[in-house]
Amino acid sequence: MELSGGQIVVQCLKDEGVEFLFGYPGGAVLHLYDAIFHQEDVKHILVRHEQAATHAADAYARATGKAGVVLVTSGPGATNAVTGIATAYLDSIPMVVISGQVPTAVIGSDAFQEVDMVGITRPCVKHNFLVKDVNDIAETMKKAFHVATTGRPGPVVVDIPKDITDPNIKIPYIYPDAVVMRSYNPEPQADPEKIKEAVDLILTAKRPVIYSGGGVVLGEGSAELIEFTQLLGFPITQTLMGLGAYPATDKQSIGMLGMHGTYESNLSMHESDVIIAIGVRFDDRVTGKLAEFCPNAKIIHIDIDPASISKTVKVDIAIVGSVKPVLTAMLQLIKAHPEKNSADDLAHWWSRIEQWRSVNCLEFDRTTDQIKPQAVVEEVYRITKGNAYVTSDVGQHQMYAAQFYHFDKPRRWINSGGLGTMGFGLPAAIGVKLAFPDQEVVCITGEASIQMCIQELATALQYETPVKIINLNNRYMGMVRQWQEFSYESRYSHSYMDAIPDFVKLAEAYGHVGIRVERPEDLNDALEKAFALKDRTVFVDVLTDRTENVYPMIESGKGHQDMTLRIAPGTPVDRELA
Amino acid sequence: MRHIISILIENEAGALSRVAGLFSARGYNIESLTVAPTEDETLSRMTVVTRGSEEVIEQITKQLNKLIDVVKLIDLAIIPHVERELMLVKVAINLESREETKRLVDIFRGKIIDVTSNSYVVEMTGSSDKLDAFIAALDTKCIIETVRSGPTSMSRGVNGLHL
Ligand SMILES: Cc1cc2nc3c(=O)[nH]c(=O)nc-3n(C[C@H](O)[C@H](O)[C@H](O)COP(=O)(O)OP(=O)(O)OC[C@H]3O[C@@H](n4cnc5c(N)ncnc54)[C@H](O)[C@@H]3O)c2cc1C
Ligand SMILES: Cc1ncc(C[n+]2csc(CCOP(=O)(O)OP(=O)(O)O)c2C)c(N)n1
Ligand SMILES: [Mg+2]
Repeated sequence: MELSGGQIVVQCLKDEGVEFLFGYPGGAVLHLYDAIFHQEDVKHILVRHEQAATHAADAYARATGKAGVVLVTSGPGATNAVTGIATAYLDSIPMVVISGQVPTAVIGSDAFQEVDMVGITRPCVKHNFLVKDVNDIAETMKKAFHVATTGRPGPVVVDIPKDITDPNIKIPYIYPDAVVMRSYNPEPQADPEKIKEAVDLILTAKRPVIYSGGGVVLGEGSAELIEFTQLLGFPITQTLMGLGAYPATDKQSIGMLGMHGTYESNLSMHESDVIIAIGVRFDDRVTGKLAEFCPNAKIIHIDIDPASISKTVKVDIAIVGSVKPVLTAMLQLIKAHPEKNSADDLAHWWSRIEQWRSVNCLEFDRTTDQIKPQAVVEEVYRITKGNAYVTSDVGQHQMYAAQFYHFDKPRRWINSGGLGTMGFGLPAAIGVKLAFPDQEVVCITGEASIQMCIQELATALQYETPVKIINLNNRYMGMVRQWQEFSYESRYSHSYMDAIPDFVKLAEAYGHVGIRVERPEDLNDALEKAFALKDRTVFVDVLTDRTENVYPMIESGKGHQDMTLRIAPGTPVDRELA
Repeated sequence: MRHIISILIENEAGALSRVAGLFSARGYNIESLTVAPTEDETLSRMTVVTRGSEEVIEQITKQLNKLIDVVKLIDLAIIPHVERELMLVKVAINLESREETKRLVDIFRGKIIDVTSNSYVVEMTGSSDKLDAFIAALDTKCIIETVRSGPTSMSRGVNGLHL
């Protein structure tokens, strides 16, 4: 088969089994777009801004586990994609981004729409390539998918100069079955000695905590994690990125940990003697003040990336390997082990945890005449029976979604944790809905975040992706305002959202349904109505309590034991519990 | 502590900037960096001299290993190794200082590789300390320019850094 460079790129995508290509055309990729025109296997989704292409592809990857694929033109198209590439990078999401480049002959001459894409993205990709020969395209594409999806996943950029895709130059095409990269060994085999050592420690623990995260989702280790946790009977806390890998509604789940984690999670971590960290990276939002992090615990860390181990917190037993095989090996050892944790110790530990849990740290005021944002998420949870895919933006609404939508399955909670990219939610919802057209997809957002990619309402119309947008409209950049209350004596410097558009009219202008909710008593009906409109994208603009804050909160620079709780008048929290 | 990280890396465009970029992005210190292709033209060998605590050096080696282009690396400072740096120094001379300068070069086992009526170019290899000592022994006023390669290094004995 003789193909041009442009056709080869498209053929590679077909051979890779790519369903969707999220993109936006321009001069440097016109040959490629012409090749796309002549086929129907790879469906191109025309977004309205390249950032949205990356978020949609990224969310497709988060929901399916397959690489998301993006196509953008050179220069501004490429730079617009950078935010989304960095977003995927920080959360270790597999993605392949193809960017057009100016012709090889003029690279380096400040040609029209030239930017050094390989240079710009170097610090925020797992790897990148500049293709300088049409004969290299197929192998480079194979390498790109291989690198993006294996080991610790991540985004890979393939920068292709326009002349390389020239329709007049045709060469024989073969897509390699596999590639060998001598410098890349993504799947380390865990050391059996370390696994044994860890199991011995685990089975002597008196106050154990399992701290699991995004790595369990990425490594498809949810079933093993559940078996492991239930066999041991230990409490489990999950990071923002890990939510769903272990069912939130199970009694052994003690909720999220970290800055906005639960009282019971953070205090358990603080008091623990053995922490089993699985696919986590000890992020500063999780650890709080490092010097006070888990002062009495021995830490076991399972991670596929050696660089994650002892990066911020020094661990006692490091197991470098993928969660699934490592947990499988551990389960075998545990089942065969003569020793078991003392039932008395565990019972005592659980009774302390239950005391902390009884503080009910997430509870909020249900008696006001304001709509509480938490109540909105609770209502969405109830109506969708906990089965929806939930995307979010960044801010307070993101935390309410994480705290009040109880995820029981992995890959259902789609949010930007590491980079915290406002604008992520709506394009992400579109990406997920394309992957799973029969599933309920909800975007929980805020009035500031949604405006960062609002143009994607047009994409949602064009491709008929009926998602439900729940705008927790507090007329503030709530998260910023909260920090200003805690640290800047409530000087609300530019955290107020003025000139907010009429979202109902805006949704209608884009051809969707808009609903505004202003009173608590209307909330339920409005949401029911929105979710009943199965074939429509519905924008529900909920005017929530402007003053509400996210609790608990560990203020920056403080440790897990130093949480600030919401103390409703008349219900003093017994600090002695700690 | 001072560490000498020796890296075998794919000889590809951009490989050097990946390493340099990693050091600057993560705030690691680089004292010197040298790179050139090896006898296998698909590979380059790079020597980075850096300083940092044990934790920092551990992160540096892990992060370098993560770069797709890096094939292998070793921290030579923690094993028996030999180390050499090349320096060229151009010194101004006159009738009176000619002989004295030549004598100094000989003491340091250097070579004069270019001579004019009023300048020498001196070539010297050795440990970085020795090169520093030579510079210190020269009268600074007569140094026109210096250029140093930065240290290169390999382990002692039969084992080595190869594919
Ligand atoms: C406003 C805001 C507030 C936040 N507040 C919180 C908070 O209160 N609590 C919280 O937890 N987070 C919070 N975050 C998110 C936080 O910034 C981090 O993104 C998050 O904590 C990281 O999660 P993680 O440790 O699970 O790591 P991830 O970023 O998910 O990284 C995954 C880890 O697993 C490893 N891994 C990948 N694949 C495998 C595999 N197959 N096998 C084994 N290991 C693997 C990777 O190497 C990596 O170390 C907040 C973010 C925002 C924007
Ligand atoms: C692109 C981007 N710019 C700025 C920020 C900093 N930031 C974090 S939360 C936030 C406010 C978000 O406001 P809104 O979307 O209304 O959510 P709320 O906190 O009110 O629920 C800002 C500005 C960010 N995370 N991303
Ligand atoms: Mg807001």
